[in-house]
Amino acid sequence: MKRRDTLKALSVASFGMAVGPVEAAVPEPPEPKPAVKLLPGRQKFEAERDLKLLAAEKFFTPAELQTVTILSDIIIPADAKSGSASQAGVPAFIEFMMRDQPRNQTPMRGGLRWLNAKCVSRYGNPFAKCTKAQQIDMVEQIAYPAKKVPADLTQGVAFFTMMRNFVLGGFYTSKMGIEDLGYVGNTPNKWDGVPDDVLKQYGLSYDEPKK
Amino acid sequence: MDLFQLKKAPTVYDAIVVGSGAGGGMAAYMLTKAGAKVLLLEAGGYFDPADPKYMTQLKWPYESPRRGASTTRAGGDFDAAWGGWEIEGEPYSSKPGADFHWFRSRMLGGRTNHWGRISMRFGPDDFRRGSLTGIGDDWPITYDDMKPFYDRVDKLIGVFGSVENMHNEPDGHFLPPPKPRLHELMLKKAATGIGIPVIPSRLSILTQPINKERGQCFYCRQCNRGCSAYADFSSSSVLCIPAMKTGNLTLQNNAMVREVLTDSKTGLATGVSYVDTISMQEVSVYAKTVILGASTCESARLLLNSKSARFPNGLANSSGVVGKYLNDSTGASRSGFVPALMDRKRYNEDGVGGMHVFTPWWLDNKKLDFPRGYHIEYGGGMGMPGYGFGGGIEALNGKIPGRDGKMKAAGGYGAGLKDDVRRFYGAYVSMSGRGEPIPLESNYCEIDPNTVDKYGIPTLRFHYKWSDNEVKQAKHMQDTFEQIIEAMGGMPMGNKPGKEQNYGLAAPGRIIHEVGTVRMGNDPAKSALNKYQQAHDVKNLFVVDAAPFVTQGDKNVTWTILAASMRTSEYLIDQVKKKNI
Ligand SMILES: Cc1cc2nc3c(=O)[nH]c(=O)nc-3n(C[C@H](O)[C@H](O)[C@H](O)COP(=O)(O)OP(=O)(O)OC[C@H]3O[C@@H](n4cnc5c(N)ncnc54)[C@H](O)[C@@H]3O)c2cc1C
Ligand code: SF4
Repeated sequence: MKRRDTLKALSVASFGMAVGPVEAAVPEPPEPKPAVKLLPGRQKFEAERDLKLLAAEKFFTPAELQTVTILSDIIIPADAKSGSASQAGVPAFIEFMMRDQPRNQTPMRGGLRWLNAKCVSRYGNPFAKCTKAQQIDMVEQIAYPAKKVPADLTQGVAFFTMMRNFVLGGFYTSKMGIEDLGYVGNTPNKWDGVPDDVLKQYGLSYDEPKK
Repeated sequence: MDLFQLKKAPTVYDAIVVGSGAGGGMAAYMLTKAGAKVLLLEAGGYFDPADPKYMTQLKWPYESPRRGASTTRAGGDFDAAWGGWEIEGEPYSSKPGADFHWFRSRMLGGRTNHWGRISMRFGPDDFRRGSLTGIGDDWPITYDDMKPFYDRVDKLIGVFGSVENMHNEPDGHFLPPPKPRLHELMLKKAATGIGIPVIPSRLSILTQPINKERGQCFYCRQCNRGCSAYADFSSSSVLCIPAMKTGNLTLQNNAMVREVLTDSKTGLATGVSYVDTISMQEVSVYAKTVILGASTCESARLLLNSKSARFPNGLANSSGVVGKYLNDSTGASRSGFVPALMDRKRYNEDGVGGMHVFTPWWLDNKKLDFPRGYHIEYGGGMGMPGYGFGGGIEALNGKIPGRDGKMKAAGGYGAGLKDDVRRFYGAYVSMSGRGEPIPLESNYCEIDPNTVDKYGIPTLRFHYKWSDNEVKQAKHMQDTFEQIIEAMGGMPMGNKPGKEQNYGLAAPGRIIHEVGTVRMGNDPAKSALNKYQQAHDVKNLFVVDAAPFVTQGDKNVTWTILAASMRTSEYLIDQVKKKNI
């Protein structure tokens, strides 16, 4: 709790905002889904570690989680074929990865802070409180790593690239993402080669030319 | 703190086998089948891939909170390797500037629970490269000595492949190979078009049933998780568990062997002492014969740690050769993107847990600037997404025109990014060269004078540097990979590693084919073991992992570990019958 209060104080102070704490201004996002049951074959130290991590205090403050959620859905929005990153549980996955691999914590927390600071100076509000148009305007500045950007945005580009990787990884390893991709394996079957229509499409065949 | 107790067990076994991987598992199997009473000591825990308690086969990535990330296991949450590059409490070190990576699995079956199942015999030339080329050494045995054992291992364990009649890729008793996947057909067409052969791979996976104890492959591509149908080779399911069923095997898990015990008068091995890793008690156990199969580096460590007044250099080491000539396969890799594979039709192409085709060594080193060959392993296809899926897409999607034919900026977000992922899925190929190095006396492991593990056992320190021979071979690999990818109409990904990066040559140990630290040979002054992997100095001591191997060929080594361990076990049975041991 202490840690969170400090952060809350910091965020208000460093952004010089007149409005109340960010946390109060946005609706509480749903809590990340609780513990997945442990996989079989865990070694003792792994099982203990998993249980501890799953029960550990949340890494993200509600405000941070809100921002992560908005970013996730900007990166992977719902479309005709499948839902959005947050509908697939991506924010909860990212939350877990922060606890599981603490080396992610500083780039993530710092990146979110960077984003909010930039948004406050540009639009007068932290990212989550910006209008949709402002959020997209901001994202446009940092979403293209091969483009030359002003020197004050390079860290943002690195942050967004990290975010994109987390979101893609989280979405496409979810049930929804796997269905979207059309991966139809992981089930007992008999492999009998590439389907005929596909062979035909690529002009290939299983007949060996006579040696 | 509790002082540990020294427990003395009264039984004298016919044999103690240390380690339950490929080598130890085979020895335990052969000896118990022959009626010997065997104690199998395994440092890790019990594992049976058919027991739901351990089964990760057919689990989905979202059943792991980290989606299978490798946070606590090198191969990720679903992988059947308990251990990895680093094990808490079991350190090893390298001399400055000499990098060595050591992969260990601590479980019944060792690293054979998750290995790649690539099961290749060495060819006739692989046993005599020294005399064929003037560099390196010959084995004290030939292909003809090993052939009957390779044949028996093929039949006992099962391996698929194709008869090719290539001189140095001897054919075995093969089950039918699975048909190539789409990208494999494309690779084959492209590579053969530029003179590089591509033939069915040789993996120890049962595409047909071979007995009642084991099932048939159901094509889930997850052999690295261990197969609940026992349709692939793991020492746990195929050797150790059947050995237990003979009633002749006593399996002791969580038994970390400290040293081999000897009789100071006769100089013979009398047993071993181990640490029970759960109670932390020290235990001594006794047998008429001691067989080490703890894996290449670990068996050397055990011998070097088994010092006594009679064996001041460590056991079986009057030659001083133990620890030396450590060598791992060379390795380099590259991947490519194949635009023709974009927007593929979806279907289940999991196949077996590994590649369906590969490239055996196809050139003549006499015409090249490096002395040994390599083979190429291939990857690709519409696999199950795992942790990190889609990562690094910004390196690709700026190079591929969109559906509208227009280029767009790399990276991005939103519906367009989602579409890129769908289009690119399954359009990648990867290739890895695995080659033969020249074993050097100057590449070795030794006991670190300063360090012990959490059991108080002195640990290993490595000295290993690649020579120019291996670097040049890696350069050749990189050029070849690029040619194959281009012949497929693909785009090589990332930057081609150049001279400064040793052409992408993997650090020693990384390919996990370490061999050579307890050499066999005919001359006791230059080798630790004779041609039956029996210690020159101690006739009731044998080594059955890859430590005895003089070289490693341009093949993966495990099939040879199995055949050599079978051969040693038979020799031992024969020697006991003749009352020589
Ligand atoms: C990712 C990966 C892929 C691979 N793919 C292939 C492949 O496709 N083809 C191939 O040929 N090879 C492959 N290998 C290599 C293969 O796994 C090894 O060559 C093989 O397992 C070695 O067998 P082993 O019996 O020497 O040792 P291991 O399999 O390592 O078994 C040694 C056992 O001894 C135990 N042990 C160690 N020290 C002690 C001690 N002091 N006391 C008691 N027990 C001890 C260990 O816990 C372990 O269970 C691969 C390896 C890895 C990691
Ligand atoms: S691919 Fe076949 S052999 Fe390998 S784990 Fe799956 S079913 Fe078993």
